[in-house]
Amino acid sequence: MNLVIVDYKAGNVQSVLFALERLGVQATLSCDFETIKAADKVIFPGVGEASSAMAQLRSRNLDKLLPTLEQPFFGVCLGMQLLCEHSEEGDTEMLGIIPLPVKRFETDLKVPHMGWNQLEKLTSPLFEGIAEGEYAYYVHSYYVPLSAYTIAQTSYPEPFSAALQYKNFYAAQFHPEKSSAAGSQILKNFLTL
Amino acid sequence: MLTKRIIPCLDIKNGRTVKGVRFENIRDAGDPVELAKWYAGQGADELVFLDITATNEERKTFAELVRDIARHIDIPFTVGGGISAVADVEVLLQAGADKVSINSAAIRNPQLVEDLAKRFGSQCVTVAIDTKYTDATGWKVYARAGTVETEHATVDWARQVIDLGAGEILLTSMNNDGTKAGFALDITKAVSEAVSVPVVASGGAGTMQHFADAFQVAHADAALAASLFHFRELSIPDLKQFLKAEGIAVRV
Repeated sequence: MNLVIVDYKAGNVQSVLFALERLGVQATLSCDFETIKAADKVIFPGVGEASSAMAQLRSRNLDKLLPTLEQPFFGVCLGMQLLCEHSEEGDTEMLGIIPLPVKRFETDLKVPHMGWNQLEKLTSPLFEGIAEGEYAYYVHSYYVPLSAYTIAQTSYPEPFSAALQYKNFYAAQFHPEKSSAAGSQILKNFLTL
Repeated sequence: MLTKRIIPCLDIKNGRTVKGVRFENIRDAGDPVELAKWYAGQGADELVFLDITATNEERKTFAELVRDIARHIDIPFTVGGGISAVADVEVLLQAGADKVSINSAAIRNPQLVEDLAKRFGSQCVTVAIDTKYTDATGWKVYARAGTVETEHATVDWARQVIDLGAGEILLTSMNNDGTKAGFALDITKAVSEAVSVPVVASGGAGTMQHFADAFQVAHADAALAASLFHFRELSIPDLKQFLKAEGIAVRV
């Protein structure tokens, strides 16, 4: 399988690469238009700040390419938020692939939402073999509300989208590459979709 | 529900764990990767690696080690020690670290906190604060591994680094560190209530009840210990079962 990780200088690319390596899967790091387009599957990681990540994508013309992709695609953390329409972080216009907003947590709880929290209402083959209430690792200050595209939710304190699916675009707000055995299983599930 | 985090801390010198770690089931307990894998298997929620070496040459070894750790463990980890510039952080994050912890450099140059938060995001910037109480001064911040008293009152300094963009506070009480008499609940609570980001309690853990107190009394979001875990005085699975029975949300 030709698996490509989109490398646009926004964070934890290496961790995703290592997580796949632990599954015995080789992936290619690339920000090249043709390489990404030719991939069987694409993983789109990201940490950091929304507007600078969008600037990195635009400078590589990836804001034009990514919405046109038709193969299974997996956005992780900021990579999920970037697929949405607009983020309150830096009032940023995102890729606009999934018609959803990204909002800042307005809560008395600590922000960032940092640590292990539970996945609930799992409704996708992405979560095959994952038990309701399984823990995943999160670190984020912005979130996507529940929607028709939500395939898992987590509460902090109100429920939000832990994962999304829109056509061929899958996305997780948590970090599967840092979520122990459950995270590995989710990555494995994506590879067999 | 978001769980409270239990974090073992490993001191690293020249690529090896220090403090004469005693383990039975590990081939080489001086190997940070072996030890890290073991802790991940025990249910540690995160790990912290502190580079206590001094020279630049040894720092290169540390960056290679960070890469090796990231390759082998599947839980998040923070690295710290001797970080003083954006370029240092870039190397460590690219090697696969999830967060960096800065201490003296933030005191010397608070702008560094803002630069790091803007460049890499607040979520990967932990500011470590070493604090000590005396009747004359109250809780003050100390720099250079706790050897130099600064003018900063602890709660004020915590607020200041959060305003600059820190995403987490790692608070170590020098009065309590090594005593096994419990975490410094008063200052941990004061900092936790003063800031909007997670606070990690550190220094003084000796019993399972001390962890429960850090969470329930001082409202810490995570608790860190080193020798208590390294010397097997307390096992992470036992600790988590205890906390769960106390009604504290933990990942078990």
